[in-house]
Amino acid sequence: MYNVSDSHIFDFSRVTGPIHDWLTGFLPGWAATTVECVAIGVGLLLLYALLALFYIYFERKVCAAFQCRLGPNRVGPFGLLQSFADMFKILIKELICLNHIDKFLFALAPYLVIIASMLCFAVLPWGDGLQIIDFNIGIFFLIACSSIGVLGILLAGWSSNNKFTLIGALRSGAQMVSYELSIGLSVVTMVCLAGSMSVTDIVLAQGNGWFIFKGHIAAVIAFIIYMIAGTAETNRGPFDLPEAESELTAGYHTEYSGIHFGFFYLAEYLNLFIVSGVATLLFFGGWMPLHIPGWEGFNTVMDYIPTPIWFIGKAILLSYIIIWFKWTFPRLRIDQLLSLEWKYLLPISLFNLALMVCFITLGWHF
Amino acid sequence: MIPLAIFGIENSGVLAITALLTGVALVALAMWIAGLISPRSFNPQKGEAYECGIPTRGESMSQFHVGYYLFAILFLMFDVETVFLFPWAVRMQALGAQGILSIAVFFGVLVLGLVYAWRKGALEWK
Repeated sequence: MYNVSDSHIFDFSRVTGPIHDWLTGFLPGWAATTVECVAIGVGLLLLYALLALFYIYFERKVCAAFQCRLGPNRVGPFGLLQSFADMFKILIKELICLNHIDKFLFALAPYLVIIASMLCFAVLPWGDGLQIIDFNIGIFFLIACSSIGVLGILLAGWSSNNKFTLIGALRSGAQMVSYELSIGLSVVTMVCLAGSMSVTDIVLAQGNGWFIFKGHIAAVIAFIIYMIAGTAETNRGPFDLPEAESELTAGYHTEYSGIHFGFFYLAEYLNLFIVSGVATLLFFGGWMPLHIPGWEGFNTVMDYIPTPIWFIGKAILLSYIIIWFKWTFPRLRIDQLLSLEWKYLLPISLFNLALMVCFITLGWHF
Repeated sequence: MIPLAIFGIENSGVLAITALLTGVALVALAMWIAGLISPRSFNPQKGEAYECGIPTRGESMSQFHVGYYLFAILFLMFDVETVFLFPWAVRMQALGAQGILSIAVFFGVLVLGLVYAWRKGALEWK
């Protein structure tokens, strides 16, 4: 395993450590932990909101570039404040009280969707010494949390008591549970290579080369499967038939108005970030800078770039690829969608797991 | 093991609860602000189901394709498989040939299950 303390990577526990010592200096242990947890919570909240706003702007600009348009360019320089304007607009829209819905479940659904994405968000490797949730089963916890989101979507569609939302939710449910299998299997493939499920261990195992380079052809296949399944998991791109606007208006959130709709929108963009963040963690080393064995000078230069920039930068690059998918492939039909998963991706990922086991047993990985 | 967690908090359960409460706080806070500044007006038409402006016809809870259930059941089978694969995957390199052989039998049975479902036509969307 890579030894971080020998490298030039900035360890953020050199910042958080003194704060912790200062807090415990005049507070009992539990109170200090509470204060730290509140600080972490506020930090998470701000990061979550800012990333979501950035992603909305980013997607609109990228989409515009693909269609030879300018995209948002009126509010603020280069339209940078457009997402903020949208956020305030959504806040001042009326929350319509419908008279045919299951009120409790209707209100519960956005909570589930946001909680699921927030829990996944906190597991991601933000930097050296910035790991928030660090269970020894981290990546498994992440998969478990991400499947709570499906419940939120199914609840939203069902409790709205509307034909469009019901069909949208069922499509979304079928799609998300199906593609979760491929995600799970490509994660298992990479866990075989890492020998651990802890997020920190997986990152540290990639200190002398990212898994996409170390894992031979099996890692590349796992990466491609993961990206396809991840795009489907976020209901995006060619797999956006749960909200196919020409047939289902807006899919499962047709009946949601104002900020209620905003939560689904927020979670959708954050899930895009989470999917690319997990791909970064498993295949591109999480926060680990690019290291090439033997190139000492190069490695040292790379170490001086702060680790959160590495992580967020890699995640945004992968998100760009996912947005690219959307403008390249036509939307699939539900039968094509399910046969793509069950007849192609699932057998290929089962085969790929066996391939990875062969590579590791024969010692062909690097 | 170098403590890499933020503030050196060893107990990740506390942090998981923090993240959960942050999610709840985000929704509650935004709902509260929206409740304060958003307008309220009453109109009996607003409470109706949004179905392209046409009054709803028949039951909203319409019948749907049985295929959704079928795929959910298949999902359950393979998801449980993944649960069994994870602990083995962590110890894969230490367990060696015996571990691979044991899991190969389990794996083979599940692949047979998939082949069976495929041959029976359960993967076709009719």
